[in-house]
Amino acid sequence: MILIHCPYCEEDRPEVEFTYGGEAHIARPLDPSALDDREWETFLFVRTNERGLHAERWRHLHGCARFFNAIRDTVTDRFEVTYKTGEPRPDLTATTKAAKAGGKA
Amino acid sequence: MTGYRIPFGGRIDRSRPLTFTFDGQSYEGYAGDTLASALVAAGVTVFGRSFKYHRPRGLVATGVEEPNALISLDRGADRVTPNLRAPQISLYEGLVAKSQNRWPSLKHDVAVLNDVFGAFFPAGFYNKTFMWPRSAWEKLYEPVIRNLAGLGESPVARDPDHYDATYAHCEVLVVGGGIAGMEAALEAAAKGGRVFLIDEQDELGGGALADTTLWATVDDLRARLAAADNVTVLTRTTAFGYYHQNFIGASERLTDHVAPFAAKGAREKLWRIRAGEVVLAQGAIERPLVFNGNDVPGVMLSNAARTLALRYGVAVGRRVVVMAAHDSGWRDALALHALGIDIAAIIDMRTVVPGDLADEVRAAGIPIYPGHAVTAVSGRLAVKGVTFAAYGTGKPHKLACDAVLMAGGWTPSVHLWSHAKGSLEWSDAWGAYLPAKAIENCRVVGACAGAWDLGKGEISSALPNAMSVRKQKAFVDFQNDVKARDIHLAVQEGFRSIEHIKRYTTNGMATDQGKTSNLNALQIASNVLGKPVTDIGLTTFRPPYTPQTFGSLMGHHKDALFQPLRKTVIDDWAVAQGAVFENVSQWRRARYFPKAGEGMDAAVGRECQAVRSSVGIFDASTLGKIEVVGPDAAEFLNRMYTNPWKSLQPGRCRYGLLLREDGFIMDDGVSARIAEDRFHLTTTTGGAPRVLSMMEDYLQTEWADLDVWLTSTTEHWAVIALQGPRARDVIAPLVEGIDLSPKAFPHMAVREGTIAGVPTRLFRVSFTGELGFEINVPASEGQKVWDAIFASGKQYGITPYGTEAMHVLRAEKGYIIVGQDTDGTMTPYDMGLDWAVGKKKADFVGKRSLARPDIVAKGRKQFVGLLTEDPYEVLEEGAQIVVHPDEPVPMTMIGHVTSSYRSTTLGRSIALAVLVDGHARMGETVHIPMPEGVIRAKVTGPVFYDSEGSRLND
Repeated sequence: MILIHCPYCEEDRPEVEFTYGGEAHIARPLDPSALDDREWETFLFVRTNERGLHAERWRHLHGCARFFNAIRDTVTDRFEVTYKTGEPRPDLTATTKAAKAGGKA
Repeated sequence: MTGYRIPFGGRIDRSRPLTFTFDGQSYEGYAGDTLASALVAAGVTVFGRSFKYHRPRGLVATGVEEPNALISLDRGADRVTPNLRAPQISLYEGLVAKSQNRWPSLKHDVAVLNDVFGAFFPAGFYNKTFMWPRSAWEKLYEPVIRNLAGLGESPVARDPDHYDATYAHCEVLVVGGGIAGMEAALEAAAKGGRVFLIDEQDELGGGALADTTLWATVDDLRARLAAADNVTVLTRTTAFGYYHQNFIGASERLTDHVAPFAAKGAREKLWRIRAGEVVLAQGAIERPLVFNGNDVPGVMLSNAARTLALRYGVAVGRRVVVMAAHDSGWRDALALHALGIDIAAIIDMRTVVPGDLADEVRAAGIPIYPGHAVTAVSGRLAVKGVTFAAYGTGKPHKLACDAVLMAGGWTPSVHLWSHAKGSLEWSDAWGAYLPAKAIENCRVVGACAGAWDLGKGEISSALPNAMSVRKQKAFVDFQNDVKARDIHLAVQEGFRSIEHIKRYTTNGMATDQGKTSNLNALQIASNVLGKPVTDIGLTTFRPPYTPQTFGSLMGHHKDALFQPLRKTVIDDWAVAQGAVFENVSQWRRARYFPKAGEGMDAAVGRECQAVRSSVGIFDASTLGKIEVVGPDAAEFLNRMYTNPWKSLQPGRCRYGLLLREDGFIMDDGVSARIAEDRFHLTTTTGGAPRVLSMMEDYLQTEWADLDVWLTSTTEHWAVIALQGPRARDVIAPLVEGIDLSPKAFPHMAVREGTIAGVPTRLFRVSFTGELGFEINVPASEGQKVWDAIFASGKQYGITPYGTEAMHVLRAEKGYIIVGQDTDGTMTPYDMGLDWAVGKKKADFVGKRSLARPDIVAKGRKQFVGLLTEDPYEVLEEGAQIVVHPDEPVPMTMIGHVTSSYRSTTLGRSIALAVLVDGHARMGETVHIPMPEGVIRAKVTGPVFYDSEGSRLND
């Protein structure tokens, strides 16, 4: 049972209160009719399937009901950070490198 | 006669003798005994039959790792628990135990023929043999295999016990109550936080309970723990799983150790514990040695014999041989010797034996054979003697004995560590994997960290033997009957990774998860492959650490508490009317209302006829309802639904079709514009949460600029559907503030007023094709309004109808049910709903996908009606449709029946279906092959009744 930090409630809550919402930062095109079939297919179906840090959408369904974004490591299942919808994806490369270096020392 | 009770010592209470039975025979033991210790004391050697070969098997261990002695415990009144490990069953007065996997008896088992023909059952035997023909699986192979290869029988009656569950939080959780664990708990307690200490045994002490010199230390630690008021000690509790973020699942066995008549309260308690830090002190498990005859009853782990003697006061035999590869075997021999047990010899595969221990052993007069190995064990139901030779190949010696102890070294218990994805590192000194780097906030102490002095040893794969490995009965996995030869064979056949070798041979896949066998298998594979152990991989332990009862995992979540049942406010009334119910998603809905002596068909026919000829009343409260409010409400719905919404006037309704972004139908429902900025949406009964969630998603993440609020109102409104030509007459005397005349209140309109004095949103809509109203009133007033309408309708023969009649009536009109007639791959065009798609709209969810190449391609399944040639034939829903009934199997299937009913109105059966290019097949005959024969049907449009819709607009 993972604890997830809801950036709106500012609380760590058990994962049963949340639902998963797929990869984050895939904006619906403003004018879908302007997209050709390949571009529309990419929007609909193509995902990064990251091994490692993955930006994804979660919803605090049985809480504040808000959608938010999270960076989760798909190898360890660890939530590195959660942030509000609309905020840019945080750059974790620096912190992750530091953590790795620290782990080895 | 082999084992016996030593007249002194042990932690048993000799003043409290207990009587119990094993396979019907009566025995005596003492309080503090386990079933295993009491049976060994009574001279019992055979505890069970092995899984595959049905070989007689004895006790191997005194802990959780026991692979052989699996027992069914019968606590009376349908309380039978199979597959319990004998050394973990606490003895109580009147205990009834049975052995497993034998017929007709433990000593005479007919299936032992498996063993005689064992040469024909090598690794992968099942995979290779029981392949073809496929039809033989169900009837022949599976029943026979299940019969022969098996564990205990699963109880069939309902479990009469109840199970508790609780949550706990602590700063430090220690798993394992040996000395290392107790010390860790005390150390943590001194810092002041909440501390939990969990141990699976009856009492704290762990391995030290088998060492009298440590008993004083154990007593002291226990006293200090008891005195610490921030420490919770849970004994008889198994931490079975270690999950994310230091979340531990543990089950506490509350009553299994006391006699059934004295057992009070819950049987087990499931603890879900979240800990700041986890300290694992799980100890280590002794490893068997792999040699020819190592499974004869009486061959057991050296430490098990020590535990039996020192903890339970039981000798495993009168004349014992120790086969060692590790110092601990020597220490055990000395401990047993000190109790007066005759040690016939210590045979050690190492040429250089530990000097100081050797001196002690020699002084005790015990013969030593360094550089020797056991090559054979005589005896069938009990050990009679061993043959051994220098390096396994020299001149054979024989020794008479009645027990053989295996000291193969120690395997740290890294189970929970592995659950938590901690990394492991190979240790040459231990010949095992040790915990390395943690992911969770977790540390390891004591033997399971490799930080406990258990002596030195040499790790072998299998003992040397002049006999070919193919002929040896040298077992690696006792519980799954895997021999050294099976691992040789797997490697010969090309398996290289231990993950594959494991699955091919089934080594480590039994209920013990290979606690005694995994590392031996790894060593043998490494040896045969000529590669270091670290190059052939490592299997992963996963929860649960030991098998858990379903009851404990389920706790109170059964029956009504398993899943909540949603009932409408009219439910009590329907019960009183004798309704037959069905569950639709979580809702309980009245399916039909049979009168005395009426079956379903008759009742549904009568209900349908009432609606078509006069008036029927239906509880539609389960419809999903969402209130959409805000200045941008119309704009929002316009983007969500296929239909145009901005032009809808307040007071009017519209059938809305909702697609997913991929263009497939997700939900539908009639919605009303109550005011300029307010809509009352309805969804399908099961679809409401999905629809609300999808709308919230778009609103929150794509169109955050829209000023709209969504509120689930499903349970706020009771909805009474009144359908039939007399519907208006029934409500006319009850309604105030609404002009009901057809002109003022046409089909697909909504009005607000009161009915029976209760405020209502009155919809003039129909899911039956008749004049109809859906009367929305606050749920608290639902029954009152229902009663008033029912009373008013008496003179018209008002008839309550259920979901079955609702289905028939809508099918007669060709109205679809999303999820029944559609399956998540149907577009509006497929379903003939082009009219509901706003073609002039620039965009809506799913619009772009309706132009995808696959969606506009020919050959899609399309929604049609089917009329069987025989009007009394009712097709089966889900039945496949073919063009040519004589085509050989596999036939070309062009669609399937989605809805099918007996229509009383039409005096014949009707069906709806999806069919490849169905819209172009009108009038064609298709075939539905069924086991009883082929049914012919004609393709028609999906509307069977009143296709002009004149009845709706009355």
